[in-house]
Amino acid sequence: MTEPLLQVDDLVVHYPAGRKRVVHAVDGVSLTVAPGEFVALVGESGCGKTTTAQAIMRMAKVTAGTITYSGCDITTFSQREMRPIRHEMQLIFQDPYESLDPRFRVRDTVIEPLQIHGVTDNREERVRAALERAGLTPAELYIDRYPHELSGGQRQRVSIAASLVLEPTMLLADEPVSMLDVSVRAGILGLLEELRKSGLGILMITHDLSTAAHYANRICVMYLGRVVEEGPAHEVIRNPQHPYTKALVSVVPQPDPDRATKPQILQGETPNPVNVPSGCRFHPRCPVAEARCQNEDPQLRPAGGDGQQAACLLI
Amino acid sequence: MSVVDAPMTPLDEVRKSPSRLRSLLSFLRKHPQAAIGFVILMLFVFVAIFGPYFAPYGEREQVGPIFGTPSSAHPLGLDDGGIDILSLLIYGARVTLIVGFAGAVVAMLVGGSIGIISGYFGGKIDNALMRTTDYFLVLPDLVLMIVVASIWGRSLRNIIIIIGLIYWTYMARLIRAQVKVVRERAYVKRAQALGATHTRIIFRHVIPQIAPLLLAQTVLMVALAIFLETAISFLGLGDPSVASWGKMIETAFSRSAISYGAWWAIAPPGIAVALVIMAFNMVGTAAEDSLNPRLRVSHLARRHFRLRPLPDKEPPK
Amino acid sequence: MTPVLVIEGLHVWFELPNHKELHAVKGISFELEPGERLGLVGESGCGKTTAILAMMGLLPPTASAAGKIILDGDDILAGGDTTMRPHRWKDISMVFQGAMNAFDPVKTIGSQIQEPIVKAKLAEGKAARLRTAELLELVGISGSRQDRYPHEFSGGMRQRAAIAMALACDPKVLLADEPTTALDVMVQAQILKLLVQLTDDLGLAMIMVTHDLPLVSQVCTRAAVMYAGEIAEIGTTHDLYHKPLHPYTRMLFSATPDLLAEQTVRSIPGAPPRLDQPLVGCPFQPRCDSALTVCASEAAPLRTGPDGHRAYCHLKDTA
Ligand SMILES: Nc1ncnc2c1ncn2[C@@H]1O[C@H](COP(=O)(O)OP(=O)(O)OP(=O)(O)O)[C@@H](O)[C@H]1O
Ligand SMILES: Nc1ncnc2c1ncn2[C@@H]1O[C@H](COP(=O)(O)OP(=O)(O)O)[C@@H](O)[C@H]1O
Ligand code: SF4
Ligand code: SF4
Ligand SMILES: [Mg+2]
Ligand SMILES: [Mg+2]
Repeated sequence: MTEPLLQVDDLVVHYPAGRKRVVHAVDGVSLTVAPGEFVALVGESGCGKTTTAQAIMRMAKVTAGTITYSGCDITTFSQREMRPIRHEMQLIFQDPYESLDPRFRVRDTVIEPLQIHGVTDNREERVRAALERAGLTPAELYIDRYPHELSGGQRQRVSIAASLVLEPTMLLADEPVSMLDVSVRAGILGLLEELRKSGLGILMITHDLSTAAHYANRICVMYLGRVVEEGPAHEVIRNPQHPYTKALVSVVPQPDPDRATKPQILQGETPNPVNVPSGCRFHPRCPVAEARCQNEDPQLRPAGGDGQQAACLLI
Repeated sequence: MSVVDAPMTPLDEVRKSPSRLRSLLSFLRKHPQAAIGFVILMLFVFVAIFGPYFAPYGEREQVGPIFGTPSSAHPLGLDDGGIDILSLLIYGARVTLIVGFAGAVVAMLVGGSIGIISGYFGGKIDNALMRTTDYFLVLPDLVLMIVVASIWGRSLRNIIIIIGLIYWTYMARLIRAQVKVVRERAYVKRAQALGATHTRIIFRHVIPQIAPLLLAQTVLMVALAIFLETAISFLGLGDPSVASWGKMIETAFSRSAISYGAWWAIAPPGIAVALVIMAFNMVGTAAEDSLNPRLRVSHLARRHFRLRPLPDKEPPK
Repeated sequence: MTPVLVIEGLHVWFELPNHKELHAVKGISFELEPGERLGLVGESGCGKTTAILAMMGLLPPTASAAGKIILDGDDILAGGDTTMRPHRWKDISMVFQGAMNAFDPVKTIGSQIQEPIVKAKLAEGKAARLRTAELLELVGISGSRQDRYPHEFSGGMRQRAAIAMALACDPKVLLADEPTTALDVMVQAQILKLLVQLTDDLGLAMIMVTHDLPLVSQVCTRAAVMYAGEIAEIGTTHDLYHKPLHPYTRMLFSATPDLLAEQTVRSIPGAPPRLDQPLVGCPFQPRCDSALTVCASEAAPLRTGPDGHRAYCHLKDTA
């Protein structure tokens, strides 16, 4: 395996929740992304996906753990030291209707990263190239528009163009298509896949397993601040090992009405990360929990196929 | 990647962002009350600028008897010094409007910057600034006016400062709340993720977003400032050397215009103040309304949609 | 069986501020059997919400409508609001798009569920409270929680409460607008199961609006695919998936990633047409991968198949 581009070890992010309590938003997440690799981070809402991405971008305060970017420990970098990293690592936001300044023309949005990082040569050309790389061809057609003059899919492309204009090596995408119509999702995801093929490392956050299954090389399944299963996308989907992953896979609606599904519906919702259950944090909802699950906290260990890991005592 | 979403509108139809004048005109057309207010304001501004050229008499020129009744030569009568009230009113417009604008601008600059800093940075800075704001807020306006006027003296500049001091707190709180919302917007987060400096984010993303609100509030504040100036002058804390409308009312009262039955010494400046305040309010409120349209309709409410016949060329569906 | 609801040539127009007119729903027709679950799918802006708002008689004052909405044999659209009102909530009721976020934060969940009950004069005071508790139990929330405020409920529970509210007056038809969008996969599965159970147990007919085809495949027996204000194709979910007659249906399915299938996912190029201008020919023509020359100029003819399968397309065989 190639040297990872991004390596996160035992990342912990706690937020104060008043009265001496803490939100265990991220509670020991480890993952790696290699160049040319597309990793999907999946899980229910509130399980800490966005917080993980924000901690990697050093926009959320890291409580413990390390973040290594191309061999360099950036966990304790100052905002000034982070600037060159922000040049190479870009974040794409979930909501294309929100992530563009409504007062900025497409050109202003895409040129902003160049201004921030003091790139002065060939700005106009770089902007056009980025727009076309993001699939907005010809660039002239879009460059002078305001966000309200673009469709949702086009806005997300502008957002991606703004991330590409600095020629990054790593993209973090927080639910990049969940606000878009199915008809345009495939276009955006195909674009991300192209970028991956050209050597970028991509970490995509999503709660849509079907999307992860189609585009990611590897999938990390998160539950309540932890990665509970991780492995090659194909294995995780077809041969899930962790009871939570099994349940998640079983409830994905299938487009073919004749394909019988036996959804294994878990009761309740992700518990509140202020009170993390003892032992295996999944035990209150786990359909196969045993007595010891209440006391022992399982760690990730090899399970199932090649390179697959799960954190369950029964494995 | 070859497929691209078709443009929403063909290129030639892409709306050019309307010019400022055009958008002002369309705003006035949509809000008739703002249009009325705007016309009144323009009238007063015109008088304030060019008044001295067409005022019938001088500002300190005795042209008739004390409290002379209105006549064709002096349509609004004369004051306690035999000075033509119409002329005084015309001269006073300039002072009153200047004090109103300047006071509002001071409040806007001070309150606006504190609100922006407080709302944008949050945390300790926010706490400290808001604590300060609270102290000013609980300070009685009257005490503040008397203290400043007696320490620094009674001048136009000091009145403007007093107005700024009294109103910045209100502005600061309002702007802070708004900035807190803008700060959480994804495009601000995106700029942060890109490594943009705070100055850049504040000037490029935050201020343009709150500018309309800032403007609308400043307009509303001019009305308040004019009101306050009148009150200050009425209390005898105004600048003795200039004739604002407030000052006119104050003089009329202190020189017992009422016992003379000289209503014409009090009513015109009073009406002028009321009219200007009303006009600023009309414009400001309309601007504010158009910024936060409250369109939520309860889904239990009755709706009155219309019925119409089927289209002639019924498509076969 | 006689259908409980028949929609015949339903049109809706919106008046725009620039004096133009937007033809949001262009003469759609379909039937709904008692206890049937019908899916209404299509891209954003194709008129799904507008169509079901029209069935509720809840169009805004800028809207005008034409056509027939026949409930149990009576055209309830004929008299406008006057004829719609008696049926709203009592016979046809609705879970709104984003309903879980539409609860008033300062009123208890219970008092908001009671609103339609009291308005319809079905119960008052204690009886209304009892009925509210019963409704909450029906959707899987303990009745004792009716005095809680919306913020004390999770998203999934608020959505259940919104469903309870729609069931308040024992309707015959439930219209559910994107009932699971913005919910998690697991909560989505819970809500879908609840909707299926409710419709089965209460014999309720349901129209479920969504832009997610797999949801429809799992929950509904039939579905209508809308495009640009028209129904492009309607039929059983089996036929739509296996034998689509309209290229749009086929392309929508191939734009949807399938968890277990390897086939590549293809986006549909372009965007739906603007509805504030008259359209010529087949509205899908600019994006269609099988378009013929006639498609640009002539309105697409009706094609039919077994089991009430209908589509409007110039093609002669399956898409
Ligand atoms: N009150 C209104 N005034 C003017 N146009 C409207 C109004 N409501 C809806 N429209 C327009 O009618 C068309 C159909 O809107 P509708 O809300 O029914 O779409 P939808 O299919 O429910 O989409 P979504 O999946 O985004 O909810 C759109 O073009 C929309 O812009
Ligand atoms: N700034 C914050 N302060 C306190 N709690 C937070 C903050 N941001 C996120 N959280 C909490 O942390 C948990 C994880 O959130 P998030 O990372 O946004 O989840 P996801 O992206 O997986 O939906 C949630 O319970 C959320 O409420
Ligand atoms: S450790 Fe126990 S509770 Fe946790 S997932 Fe495994 S079986 Fe379930
Ligand atoms: S009528 Fe023509 S353009 Fe329209 S869907 Fe059928 S083949 Fe495509
Ligand atoms: Mg998130
Ligand atoms: Mg809708």
